Amino acid sequence: MDIIITGLLLGGTYALIAFGLNMQYGVARIMNLANGEFLVLGALAAFWIFVADAISPILTMLIVAPLAFLGNWVIYKVLLRPLVRRAKNQGQLEVDSILATFGMSFALVGIMVSIHGEYFTYSYLAEPFEIVGETFALNRIVAFCFAVLIGGVLWLWLYFTRPGMAMRAVSVSTEASGLVGINVPRMSALAFALGGAVTTMGGTLISTFITLDASVGVIFTMKALIIIIMGGVGDIRGAIVAAVILGLVETMVARLIDPGLTLAAAYAIFVLVLLFRPQGLFGRRPT
Amino acid sequence: MSHRSDIKSLIWGAILLLLAASVPLVANGYWMSIALTIAMFTVLATSWALFSGPTHYISLATAAFFGVGGYLVGTGMSDYDMGFWPMVAIAPIVGAVLAFLIGIATLRLSGVYFVIFTLGLAEMIRTLVSWIQNNFTGSRGLYVLTDLTEADIYIYLVILAAAVYLVGWWVNRSRLGFALRIIGNDETVARHVGINTATSKVILFTFSGFVAALVGALIAPRYTYIEPNGVFSPEISFIVVIMALLGGTGRLWGPIVGVIPFALLQEFINANYSNYSTLVMGIAFLVIVYFLPKGVVGRIEQALASRRRSTW
Amino acid sequence: MVATVLGVTNATKRFGGLVAVDNLSFEVQRNEVMGIIGPNGSGKTTMMNLISGALRLSEGSISLDGRFISSLKANQINQRGISRTFQLVRVLPGLSVTENCMAGMVFGHRRLWGDQARYEAGKLLERVGLSGQAAAAVGSLTYIDQKRLELARALASNPQVLLLDEWLAGLNPTELQEGIDLIRSLREEGITIILVEHVMDAIRSLCDRCIVMAAGAKIAEGSPDAVLSDPEVVKVYIGEDV
Repeated sequence: MDIIITGLLLGGTYALIAFGLNMQYGVARIMNLANGEFLVLGALAAFWIFVADAISPILTMLIVAPLAFLGNWVIYKVLLRPLVRRAKNQGQLEVDSILATFGMSFALVGIMVSIHGEYFTYSYLAEPFEIVGETFALNRIVAFCFAVLIGGVLWLWLYFTRPGMAMRAVSVSTEASGLVGINVPRMSALAFALGGAVTTMGGTLISTFITLDASVGVIFTMKALIIIIMGGVGDIRGAIVAAVILGLVETMVARLIDPGLTLAAAYAIFVLVLLFRPQGLFGRRPT
Repeated sequence: MSHRSDIKSLIWGAILLLLAASVPLVANGYWMSIALTIAMFTVLATSWALFSGPTHYISLATAAFFGVGGYLVGTGMSDYDMGFWPMVAIAPIVGAVLAFLIGIATLRLSGVYFVIFTLGLAEMIRTLVSWIQNNFTGSRGLYVLTDLTEADIYIYLVILAAAVYLVGWWVNRSRLGFALRIIGNDETVARHVGINTATSKVILFTFSGFVAALVGALIAPRYTYIEPNGVFSPEISFIVVIMALLGGTGRLWGPIVGVIPFALLQEFINANYSNYSTLVMGIAFLVIVYFLPKGVVGRIEQALASRRRSTW
Repeated sequence: MVATVLGVTNATKRFGGLVAVDNLSFEVQRNEVMGIIGPNGSGKTTMMNLISGALRLSEGSISLDGRFISSLKANQINQRGISRTFQLVRVLPGLSVTENCMAGMVFGHRRLWGDQARYEAGKLLERVGLSGQAAAAVGSLTYIDQKRLELARALASNPQVLLLDEWLAGLNPTELQEGIDLIRSLREEGITIILVEHVMDAIRSLCDRCIVMAAGAKIAEGSPDAVLSDPEVVKVYIGEDV
């Protein structure tokens, strides 16, 4: 039972991170392999600010979000837009954006390592909290609640506002959206920036209960990718379900078998999805 | 006409092979070591480009196969008292089987899924192997003790490189090579002209896995002490991709044009600014994507072609 | 020799909730030119994709020469003798003109290679009107020449059935006439042709029979004249009467 709730808490936080990549890949069509690095940046910021001034990571999150938004907007406009213009088809754009975001991720890791090379962790709200008779770490619960809050706000924005609807339209078809008057380049930039901001916020949240270091970004990118592919690219419900499944499976494997095998477990899920349902649980296009 | 240019390439190839083989006669310890690194990456990058070049499926699995090769030699010799050469014979077969399984699982899908899958593969195998080691076999690192010198390993790799070049040369003039080029241009058209795209891709990918594992096995004695963190380092995958793309995958001898300068650059960075090696790799990727999408060789060929056109 | 070369029975294709092809049945006789016409979005190209194997049927079956091909993959269907061109021309930019043509004959049931393939490709290029262009760069070809190249590639495998997806679209009157003549000459060589077209002149002058699709279903079948004067067909193209 305790495993299930911990798994759910983890899954909820994962869902927020995957949300970010989902916007970048599902709407802007950029496979952003530097996504995990932005997560680590958010975590690093929380660490520094907490250690320096004992300011709550939640507050840091609010500071970091607009910065991440701006940063990702600039990256999209300056680095990625030329690739979109240059690509003759979707396949070439994907290869180019993978290589370019790869380069960015390395550059970011290189910069972060030279600034702060060791592991970083801090103790925030590391107190026990009781739910249905079992105790859990309060920081995980708080992180989960904020993940749900942010995700909820975003969901409302996507489904109940005009710009949100425009963004959902672009994720279905860039051509058709352009034809009905949606400014696709602007929406893509917005999605990329928003996705980056969400991921960075997720990083701040996750840093409250997980130890990270500068090079761990790639693992989070992998997990986010596994989640959005398992859920169906562009599909939000799917990503949430997939994130929860991943959180549960990881927690079960870590507790019942061995914490060293969590990545292998995530991978195994990925392989199963690729073999049997490559379009994901709620996916749209059959291959 | 094609016969004459065939003979020309074979003669060139033989000359370069002789030059490469004579390096141990003139090189001292330091340069021999660098030559060995260059030879290793030449084989890895060229066999990588045989698959990833025409199909545009960027494989990041090189480190996984390389690691499997090195690890098999390490565990075979350390834990099971096997000889070096028997393990070198087994390793590429295991690598090929692994590549085959990965290929049939992921190559039917789009290139993106393939890249992502291979991205985490080395890391995943590393954690798996570490776990097995910690819980079952007990040993942490494995010793590979042989009488081989760096010059010996170098010669073996040069021979392997020659073999890879021969295979590449043969593939390029075969139906398989033609099929791969068509697949890389337009996979839907490829299917509609009768190509079994999955089979073609799997064959070449399996070959690249075979070669990478063989390289990992052959070079294990150089490190003497094999441990999962070193031999499954994802860096190897990235460096191979950078080198091959930097040189250009349009020609068989493109990758080596990228291997030599980048290996020297790496050597320089590691000696003086080792903190910045990751940053250097990032910049290299960005340079490739934005300025040299077809690699140095491709860029030169473009320039020559436009020069030819403008002289009319 | 069986007269019906291609049989489509109750073909249905669904994309989620959208029914693109709805319970469609028709037969194509050997050496016939069959037209598939209908307003945009009626499912014509989807039907072509189902025949060529680019898409799988949700229900129903397709048979070639009496043998089912509906569960086969596109490359297997090509090997059995069906070739096609695409609505948006898909020539291979990284290959030469000759290689583009050769591509069709290397992997199909003909399996030509080397000098012999190059020779045959040269002959085909002449056949479709590209004789001077064997050395040209694919990117420099005009639109109709790209279409010719695609046709040459489709013919290279010596198909029984040729699927032409709006091959005559976007041509000026001279080119259109050349195109129509070319297709007619192909028919005279014994190939069975299925055309998806919007150009009514072509339909009238080339097709023995037509079927009309609207919203995925067949609403008329018969000779071009009969079908084009059918009030249902007119309504579907032009709308309810004024």
